[in-house]
Amino acid sequence: MTQTAQTWIILGATSSMARAMARRLAKEGAMLILCGRDMEDLTASAEDCKARGACEAVAMRFDARDSTTFATIIDHAALNEGAINCAVFVGSMPEQSAIDADPSLIGGVVQDSHVGPATFLSMLAPHMEDRGQGTVVGVGSVAGDRGRIGNYVYGSAKAGFATYLSGLRNRLTRAGGHVVTVKPGFVDTAMTWGIEGMFLVASPDAVAKDILRAVAKKKNVIYTPFFWRYIMLIIRHIPEFIFKKMSI
Amino acid sequence: MTWNTVTYAGWGRARSATGQIARPERQSSLLRDIAGFAAPAFGMRRSYGDVALNDGGRAYDMTRLDRVVSFDAETGIVEVEAGMPIGDLGRAFAAQGWIPPVMPGTGFATVGGCIANDVHGKNHHVKGSFGQHVTEITLLQGAEVKTITPKSGAIWKATVGGLGQTGVIAKAKLQLMPCKGDMMVLTERRIDNLDAFLAAFDESKTDYTVGWIDATATGAHLGRGILEEGEITSGINTSKEGAKAVPFNAPGWALSAPVVRVFNELYFRRVPAKGRTSVKPITEPFFPLDAIHDWNRLYGKRGFNQFQCVVPPERVDVLRLMLEKIGASHLASPLAVLKKMGPGRGGYMSFPMEGYTLAVDFPNKNGSEDLIKELTDMAQDAGGRIYFAKDGVADAAQVAGMYPEQDKWQSAVEKADPEGAMMTDLVRRLNLRAKES
Repeated sequence: MTQTAQTWIILGATSSMARAMARRLAKEGAMLILCGRDMEDLTASAEDCKARGACEAVAMRFDARDSTTFATIIDHAALNEGAINCAVFVGSMPEQSAIDADPSLIGGVVQDSHVGPATFLSMLAPHMEDRGQGTVVGVGSVAGDRGRIGNYVYGSAKAGFATYLSGLRNRLTRAGGHVVTVKPGFVDTAMTWGIEGMFLVASPDAVAKDILRAVAKKKNVIYTPFFWRYIMLIIRHIPEFIFKKMSI
Repeated sequence: MTWNTVTYAGWGRARSATGQIARPERQSSLLRDIAGFAAPAFGMRRSYGDVALNDGGRAYDMTRLDRVVSFDAETGIVEVEAGMPIGDLGRAFAAQGWIPPVMPGTGFATVGGCIANDVHGKNHHVKGSFGQHVTEITLLQGAEVKTITPKSGAIWKATVGGLGQTGVIAKAKLQLMPCKGDMMVLTERRIDNLDAFLAAFDESKTDYTVGWIDATATGAHLGRGILEEGEITSGINTSKEGAKAVPFNAPGWALSAPVVRVFNELYFRRVPAKGRTSVKPITEPFFPLDAIHDWNRLYGKRGFNQFQCVVPPERVDVLRLMLEKIGASHLASPLAVLKKMGPGRGGYMSFPMEGYTLAVDFPNKNGSEDLIKELTDMAQDAGGRIYFAKDGVADAAQVAGMYPEQDKWQSAVEKADPEGAMMTDLVRRLNLRAKES
């Protein structure tokens, strides 16, 4: 551990997984930059993090569909000494049926889940390279591992983001940085509340704990909870001629 | 999706409800949802009976709204969202030299629930009830957002201890109390019988005082137990607390009469005859059972009920009769608590009054509900009252007259919620909102 406080930019900080991670970082005395669109909510979370031990916590506006919001955040983070880290929780998942009815929604999903965060990270990467340290946590989804009838547009955006993260890892590793790709299974969030067919649902805090352990151990790709690695291993290996007839 | 059909229960698990639950994660979604559909709210459901349940109706789960909204380090006033567990609040600020002046027996209880039940702690005789330290409440009544303070009159007194009937508590400001640290000097000693217990309460000079009672004891040992007296002291707890959990429902014999008798004997003798003094992190004496998650499973899948009453100080005779009845029933569990209460109370329907409060858990089995009903009658006859945060058994006639300011509460509630949208199972069962003609 370094002596200076760690700076963490958290994109999509209103999500319950991001909140749980911010709280854990707050207890370690981190400097937090909580980013998203609901400023009232982010301000409350920033106050909460300060009360729980964060060295500093600020709320800043980030909109994945508006790249003019990106530079201010990065400039603010660059004022701090030491490592700049970034965790990405953004993404959007409209009902697949809504997308099938209105294919113009696809652009927004890809923008929120892939293009926006990838653009942000590519703007941040030179700062990380300059400092020779820093970790990126990219939250993907098990939905990105294989296209399924229920959410293949969201899945394809997450798959694209996962491939981007793998390339970014390749790039930052040689400069002393690191990238952790996180693939959560079902998590008990507002997104999954009331959706039928959920099983083995994990709490946001359990996911946050897994993520921070992966950061400390410099893991490359984690599934959380861990058993999703095996579930997805099986799902990825189902031959396509069978898979195409399945509805899971 | 906003609404999710869920079957849920109070902490005692003897009462459950099925209904649509919304669990907003932001204040903005809470406002939007309640403007669309007014319904009662619950937090961690640490109330034992059905005060937080709404069978067949809708309810708001507040547990995701659990943040500190602002803190003024000069005055010690903190604003929090209603779903914040009181123990989290205590832990967050103790290291900064502040502590909630009143904390109930479990740190999992939320601030919203602490207000709605106007809870008390082991320092009730010194600091009064929880609601007396609340300085502002943000109350949602349908589409209307109301900010109320102790100067707001009837609506304030109907909200503090008001069982959630005046609206959904979204946020609240609390006056914290300066503290030297988060450690407690705790003295424990054996007490041989009820008379000795009452004398010990009178002599006790500490801020935090509570008695564990061996509810299985009879005859000369009736009312024996352990007196715990504590004072907050300097020092900061650095140990990492690990919690154990009860992984499954225990079988019926786990808390059967012979097991409880042996357990209580050992628990009594755990404290040496000459007493002992130790220094502990405050969480231990404050929240003794929180270290075991899901301890309610020890009572098996049928659950349990808690009886808690308070009787006036001059009715020690009733207390003795109650203990005799409980001892003879062979139904008591190890959890039984006696405490002397001061007069402090925050609202019309607040439980505390000057006197002695007795709380006993009973497994939900053969005859325990009848026993609780008998005990409730005894409390009523003695001019005492039962605690709605615990009750799941009483009927409407039994609680009549227990709360002398009930009519004032009813008038304020009628104005705040004329449609009866905030009614819960307990309010219906005890017919609390119906005015006597």
